[in-house]
Amino acid sequence: MNASPAAMERAPSPRRAVLLGNPNVGKTSLFNHLTGLRARVGNYPGVTVERRVGTIRTKGSLHAPIELVDAPGTYSLSARSEEEQLTFHEVVGPEGLGRPDALVVVLDAGQLARCLYLLVSLLELRVPLVVALNMADESDAATDLPARLSFELGVPVVSTNGRTGEGLDQLVSALVEVLESARAPTPRFQVAYDSTLRRDADRVADALPNDWKGSVERTRALALWALGTLEPDDEWTNVPAGLRSRVAEVRAEGRDIDLELAEARYAAIERLLVEVGDRPPLTRIQATERVDRILLHPLWGFLVFVLTMCVVFQALFAWADPAIGAIEWVVSAVQGLVTDMLPPGVLRDLLSAGVVGGVGNVIVFLPQILLLFLFIGLLEDSGYMARVAYLVDRIMRSLGLHGRAFVPMLSGFACAVPAILATRTLERRRDRILTMMVVPLMTCSARLPVYSLIIAAIFPLESSGPFPLQGFLLLFMYLLSVVTGLLAAWVLGRTLVRGRSVPLLLELPPYRAPRLAPTLVMMKERALEFLREAGSVILIATVLLWGLLYFPRSTETASPSGPTSVQTPLEDTYGGRLGKALEPVVEPLGFDWKIATGIIGAFAAREVFVSTMALVYQVEGDDENSAPLRERIKSERNADGSPRFSPAVGLSLMVFFAFACQCMSTLAVVRRETQSWRWPAVLFTYMTTLAYAASFLVFQVGRALGF
Amino acid sequence: MTLGELPIGGSAIVDRVEGARAFRRRLLELGLIPGTKVEVLRVAPLGDPIELLVRGYRLSLRREDAALVSLREGAA
Repeated sequence: MNASPAAMERAPSPRRAVLLGNPNVGKTSLFNHLTGLRARVGNYPGVTVERRVGTIRTKGSLHAPIELVDAPGTYSLSARSEEEQLTFHEVVGPEGLGRPDALVVVLDAGQLARCLYLLVSLLELRVPLVVALNMADESDAATDLPARLSFELGVPVVSTNGRTGEGLDQLVSALVEVLESARAPTPRFQVAYDSTLRRDADRVADALPNDWKGSVERTRALALWALGTLEPDDEWTNVPAGLRSRVAEVRAEGRDIDLELAEARYAAIERLLVEVGDRPPLTRIQATERVDRILLHPLWGFLVFVLTMCVVFQALFAWADPAIGAIEWVVSAVQGLVTDMLPPGVLRDLLSAGVVGGVGNVIVFLPQILLLFLFIGLLEDSGYMARVAYLVDRIMRSLGLHGRAFVPMLSGFACAVPAILATRTLERRRDRILTMMVVPLMTCSARLPVYSLIIAAIFPLESSGPFPLQGFLLLFMYLLSVVTGLLAAWVLGRTLVRGRSVPLLLELPPYRAPRLAPTLVMMKERALEFLREAGSVILIATVLLWGLLYFPRSTETASPSGPTSVQTPLEDTYGGRLGKALEPVVEPLGFDWKIATGIIGAFAAREVFVSTMALVYQVEGDDENSAPLRERIKSERNADGSPRFSPAVGLSLMVFFAFACQCMSTLAVVRRETQSWRWPAVLFTYMTTLAYAASFLVFQVGRALGF
Repeated sequence: MTLGELPIGGSAIVDRVEGARAFRRRLLELGLIPGTKVEVLRVAPLGDPIELLVRGYRLSLRREDAALVSLREGAA
């Protein structure tokens, strides 16, 4: 294992290396291998992008530890998305991160030209770096390609395989060597910019802030970066106005600087590739091409896609069920144990219903989370996930969503909590948030008991012909949620979650056999994160909600049968009082205080509505198939003797449950994933407003039509 | 002709790249610069996006984005 804590303290301060490269070049696999899967996950200051840092385990403990940062994948340093800008800051260091001691740049050997484009701009910055030439073994590359590249570039190049871990020892030694040599690197490789562009760069260099400047080359590289990147409406912060105006001045002269930069760099890269004898990875392309002929086929491709998605959905919906049932059984057994062991009283009830129930509310999500990430891991690792995005992009993008949002959206039909965790597969934060905002509209499995109860109680079977109304109603609720979710995505993507349009850039990586080990690690990481961060919020909320429907305790202590703890009638609890206070608000939706109290209780989880209603009506039975509860709901009357639950009320209630964000766990997970209360607040507000408006409409129109 | 109109299996040379600056820069950075050979490998079942072979790698672009790349005939 690692050095003891005492030895760590005596060790010199760690040096920082930043791992970076294009998206999908196997960066994360390398990171995991290098840091032994013990990443510390934090956040970048001021933004809510995850920053993964690990420690490289060097052979022998003579060296100071090397801290490795997994920078967001990027195609260049000029990018505009939040994540890609952070990569620039990691490399250049003006955002308080400090300059890194070295970079580890990952290149995909099968896509050298494009990967070298990023490397070129890093070399120009004169940051000490080593190159990991990843997947060279499967790209038909000549075995001496690393050596040739290293010679032509003038920096160390090590052939690696992020899947097997091959070449990593050499990579670490190369990194240590670079860190220990004090001199600034002088790469052999140079891009020949024309003299006008160089003069422009020098003019811009004068306007660079002093702490950005360095060697002549570094200063010029940053000037070129500014020329090729800054524009009046970009999102870069901490760029001095003087620099901006100088860039604007030079650009106003009308030359096509962006094109000149790209042409000069690609011209140099092309020469380099000829020099090192690079050739396209034919074997890899051909093998993948053969598979894609089926998997992307208009007919067979869709068939495989639908089947795959059915398996994923079925797993979440049905396979997770025994595990969920087992967890619920254990939780109620523990609750029974607590009840038996402790004397009656507030403490017993708090422990049993609040705390044990709360822990149950957290771990009950684990089966679905683990299963979903098992599938996501296998789909990503095999390369099929990118094909899913490719196949459905046409549909998803008309809604402003990324093709990769499909799997989270689908998972939302089982449960929003794992689905929101699954938005991690989206690269851009904007896409992630937009997906998180609409996933909770999908008809999750917790809504089903509520729908079943209402449908069974209000739309009785006998009223049905050959096509039972109940089935149609349920189908209608599903369609409603899909249509609303898609509309919400369309609207939110143009209002609250606006983003710049970037060209969709899908890479279809070569197929590879999916590996179980990294998938299991990811499942473990995600599950632990959920338990740690969202779990605490869910637990606290459960206890609070329990208190709301429990207190105040009834004051009458002496009853004929003795001084037993008296169950407060639900209507006298704070929750019940709140329900009563809300009655005027929900009356236009057709609800009374009892339903309002049920809705409050359902905040713990939607299906709790059923058991809360059983409490409200003081009937036995707490599941949707309970006959007494159905009968009680059916027989509930208004003051004028008409049924309390008319079809209009029933529909209104179902629509309310379809749209309202009646789920504290969803909010807790959105808070965890966005690292802010803003997005859960937005989610709750828009969904509740939508639910209120829709229910209002349904009830008022329904009543006017005489239902 | 634009890249959006190139038939499956067809190949041509990039002539000009247009579009808003950030957008165009991204295409240029990906190597879609004038003089580059592009080939359309296939079109997704729903007609979009299209899959290209550029500089030895496979890249998928939406048609509307591909329409910003104008082409000329010939070999690189």
